[in-house]
Amino acid sequence: MSEAVAAPARVALVGNPNSGKTALFNALTGSRQKVANYAGVTVERKEGHLTTASGRPISVLDLPGTYSLRARSPDEMVTRDAVLGQLAGEASPDVLVCVADATNLRLVLRLILELKAVGRPMVLALNMYDIAQRQGLRIDLEGLARELGCPIVTTVATRKRGIAELVAKVDDLASTGQLADQAAWSAPDAAKIRHAHREAQRILKAYVRPPERPDTFTGKVDAVLLHPVWGLVILFGLLFLMFQGVFTWATPAQDLIEQAFTALGGLVGQMLPNGLLKSFLIDGVISGVGSVLVFLPQILILFSFIILLEDFGYMARAAFLMDRIMGGAGLHGRAFIPLLSSFACAIPGIMATRVIDNKRDRLTTILVAPLMTCSARIPVYTLIISGFIPDRKVWAGLSLQGLVMFGLYAAGIVGALVVSLVIRKIFWRGAVEPFLMELPAYKTPDPENVARNILLRAKIFITRAGRIIFPLMIAVWVLSTFPHPPAGAAGPAIDYSFAGMLGHAVQPLLAPIGFNWQMTVALVPGFAAREVAVAALGTVYAIADTGADGATLATTLAQHWSLATGLSFLAWYVFAPQCASTIGVVRRETNSWLWPAVMLIYMTGLAYLAAFVVYQIASRLGG
Amino acid sequence: MNDVFAPPRDVDAATPVMGVLAPLSSLSVGDRGVIVDVGAEAHGNEHGVGVEELQRRLLEFGFVEGARVEVLHEGAIRRDPIAVRLDDMRVALRRRDAQDVVVLLDTP
Repeated sequence: MSEAVAAPARVALVGNPNSGKTALFNALTGSRQKVANYAGVTVERKEGHLTTASGRPISVLDLPGTYSLRARSPDEMVTRDAVLGQLAGEASPDVLVCVADATNLRLVLRLILELKAVGRPMVLALNMYDIAQRQGLRIDLEGLARELGCPIVTTVATRKRGIAELVAKVDDLASTGQLADQAAWSAPDAAKIRHAHREAQRILKAYVRPPERPDTFTGKVDAVLLHPVWGLVILFGLLFLMFQGVFTWATPAQDLIEQAFTALGGLVGQMLPNGLLKSFLIDGVISGVGSVLVFLPQILILFSFIILLEDFGYMARAAFLMDRIMGGAGLHGRAFIPLLSSFACAIPGIMATRVIDNKRDRLTTILVAPLMTCSARIPVYTLIISGFIPDRKVWAGLSLQGLVMFGLYAAGIVGALVVSLVIRKIFWRGAVEPFLMELPAYKTPDPENVARNILLRAKIFITRAGRIIFPLMIAVWVLSTFPHPPAGAAGPAIDYSFAGMLGHAVQPLLAPIGFNWQMTVALVPGFAAREVAVAALGTVYAIADTGADGATLATTLAQHWSLATGLSFLAWYVFAPQCASTIGVVRRETNSWLWPAVMLIYMTGLAYLAAFVVYQIASRLGG
Repeated sequence: MNDVFAPPRDVDAATPVMGVLAPLSSLSVGDRGVIVDVGAEAHGNEHGVGVEELQRRLLEFGFVEGARVEVLHEGAIRRDPIAVRLDDMRVALRRRDAQDVVVLLDTP
């Protein structure tokens, strides 16, 4: 039988978190990777392909990191089920590659003992072997391989060392390896775990000699980064830098993308006659694609920060520093990263909640994530602020407009903390999850891996977000275009469309918060994505030129709206679930329509309440 | 650092011990010792997962009898959570989850 036409051998990578598993996956498969979700769950499925020296095709599955097959989170369940060959829609792996950080073998030895019980052919990849050597850590490889009953390959994934040897071993096992008659794995109890630790300790003592020059760098860095005062100062400094990055460095690229799509729209406009097709292409397709891509620079910058900090080993420290502060509001320390991401966009933020083991903690985080001020709110905030808040300096040279912007951010954060506290105190009382987390040794991030992971995030954002936002943009276009205005109609066309009817219908409901019908009509397309409301307001007020800064529009709004209405609109936008994509992502991440519905209702309620209070107070005060 | 790879000691409640026993949750930065017991007692704190599961998780992370532990860092608010050196790793945990880890403190 020719090897080339054989079905590829299936290899699964298993290992502790922070073992360099993903780096090894990248080194093995290069750019031949595919990212999707496992059937029925939202755990990311990373698969790659390679061909061995003998010509055997191999498919590699990068399983989520775990300390034990006794799974505690959806990610770890996928790992367990995949290893046991019980994952729906997934063929069982032919060979397991257990990836271990050579400098940190204790816990992985216990995992290896569990994996051995599963009875699949296995190779142990001792990764980061260069660091182990530098520390003077001696491992009796032959003895260890004999003891564990599986071949061992030493690797340095970031330098692609040992990869060929690893592939050769996998190739051997794929052709000769036999599956044990029966898998003997069962979830261990306390006694079994203790026993496994004693075994691991015995093996360590017999085959591993402690490092002559142990890592002192991590301890020294931690003395500063985990310092109760300096640690927090540095953390907030980093956050500040990150925001600066997301909001200022991304602007030129975003402007460029916007200009490119405007130019493209103009070009199409010149080539096509006026009519439905032209409107569909320009207002539906081109502006739809543009509205997705315009966030790409911010997403890239945000993920650059997150991935760099993650690879350096800082993210676990951030969770440590923030745990008590977040815990005060009933959130888990690990909720910090998802909530931080939500400042760029709630979609990657909600996707990042997977790092939280516990379902309740995860749901709370998902529910409050959209209250973080995402970048899509910025155009709306900028428009209203420039129209209604005077551009003058208050004390210490701070601009009033900047202060209002800051206040809106603060309102979102405070809102999120209060909501999570309410959820914790009222709905899920008592049950606080344990917080146990390894603080990995600091490592220099590998540029190639960082770049690859950033690009991967970008790709995921474009495909996933695009898949939801784009059809929604089309739907909104349909709603705002049909039916056509009657001949000789005076008002703007949108006024006669479904969106217009909807806006008029709900206007009485929104009158107590000071919204006129033009605003309610603009809210309909604004539901596709927050920033679309700016363009929609431009449409209803029949303003042709609404650039990104909306300078003309701001003036018009200032003439038509009272200050109270403007402020009320801002308050509405802090809380309102004006983003169908977020709702879509929540639906997928929670696998139920219940939570998106809960989110929709509570956020709308909160937005209405906030806008009502702001409007009533502001109009009493003579706004 | 020289005893990082030391074998587990045979310490249990029956052996007469010199020194002080204290729950890990009560230790301060710099305190070090050997874990002598990892229990599954309720201390009036509800753990979302139940005490048995908490015990298993602690054990899985390496909080086992015989492991050496030293408190390295404390959080800013109520000195919580704590970061400990556990044999040759660093682990962060909340004090409320560390009540059942009994440490035999080294005598200075």
